[in-house]
Amino acid sequence: MTQDVKLTPQQVKRYSRHIIMPQVGSAGQRKLMQAKVLIIGAGGLGSPSAVYLALAGVGTIGLVDFDTVDLSNLQRQILHHNDDVGKPKVQSAKEAMHAYNPDIKVVMHQTRITSENAFDIIKDYDVVVNGADNFPSRYLVNDACYLLKKPLVDGSILIFDGQSTVFLPGKGCYRCLFPEPPGPGEVPNCSEAGVLGAMTGIIGSIQAAETLKLLLGIGESLAGRLLVVDALTMEFRTMKLRRNAKCPLCGDHPTIKELIDYEIFCGLPSLNGQTVAH
Amino acid sequence: MIKIQVNGKPRELDRPVGLMEFLQDLKVNFRFLAVGYNGEVVPKAQYGSVTLKDGDVLEIVRPIGGG
Repeated sequence: MTQDVKLTPQQVKRYSRHIIMPQVGSAGQRKLMQAKVLIIGAGGLGSPSAVYLALAGVGTIGLVDFDTVDLSNLQRQILHHNDDVGKPKVQSAKEAMHAYNPDIKVVMHQTRITSENAFDIIKDYDVVVNGADNFPSRYLVNDACYLLKKPLVDGSILIFDGQSTVFLPGKGCYRCLFPEPPGPGEVPNCSEAGVLGAMTGIIGSIQAAETLKLLLGIGESLAGRLLVVDALTMEFRTMKLRRNAKCPLCGDHPTIKELIDYEIFCGLPSLNGQTVAH
Repeated sequence: MIKIQVNGKPRELDRPVGLMEFLQDLKVNFRFLAVGYNGEVVPKAQYGSVTLKDGDVLEIVRPIGGG
């Protein structure tokens, strides 16, 4: 990463609260301006992540989302506004991010992330932020990031619950934590069980902060720890998470060496219509 | 009496109980859960070798997929 970009007077002013911090400084700010971060999902978690990374001046922010803005999204997805209903989420997100900070580049990937396109989409980014809303995508993004050796800043939410961790390649992955996906219907999703809108702000902001720490190379990341948040008691607990030597992806004798069919893996009807019992 | 904590809440056991038996009694489908034992996630293969004792702290974590 070259550091010879000079900050304009406008940028010095915009980022002054970063630059004044010894842990960031003008060198750190230039690092952020040259960084490339990919956010999976421009929804509940993707919204606060994208907003804070845009405000922080992360130079290139990619967004992957195939969906359009729905009225039911507006209870929590702060990238999208009332007038955006019906618009592609990546478009609405790009407009919101540029309204906050015109100084950054936003790359729209208006598609569903799949085993076919995941490597192509992820390969040029430095860090990936996971804000996917379903288990097949979570396992897919986990596997793709491990195989491409990309740091993955994970987060998930449901009802009053939140979780976050960072997966650094070779230091444990989502499969070390949850080797087996829950069967269809065993864990509800947000559209079935609901979610407190503010939970997305808590976890998505933690993901943004972890991403900035990784890019700046400062502090102790959540890598090797799982953070569990219960908003009803407002308790935050962490526990250590190690690489599992028996993990099929990152263990000593891996059996997963390429991307698989994640719909089938999660016991969902596959894209060719074949239903597989879990 | 054995006092333990489960997901931040106190709980009492009248005898030492194996982790596997404890999870079965909770009637949770522990196939896809993660369990933190005294601050560390335990790989499933090791559940059989954990017996809950006084002061132990358990965290039972279900995967949540929402974004």
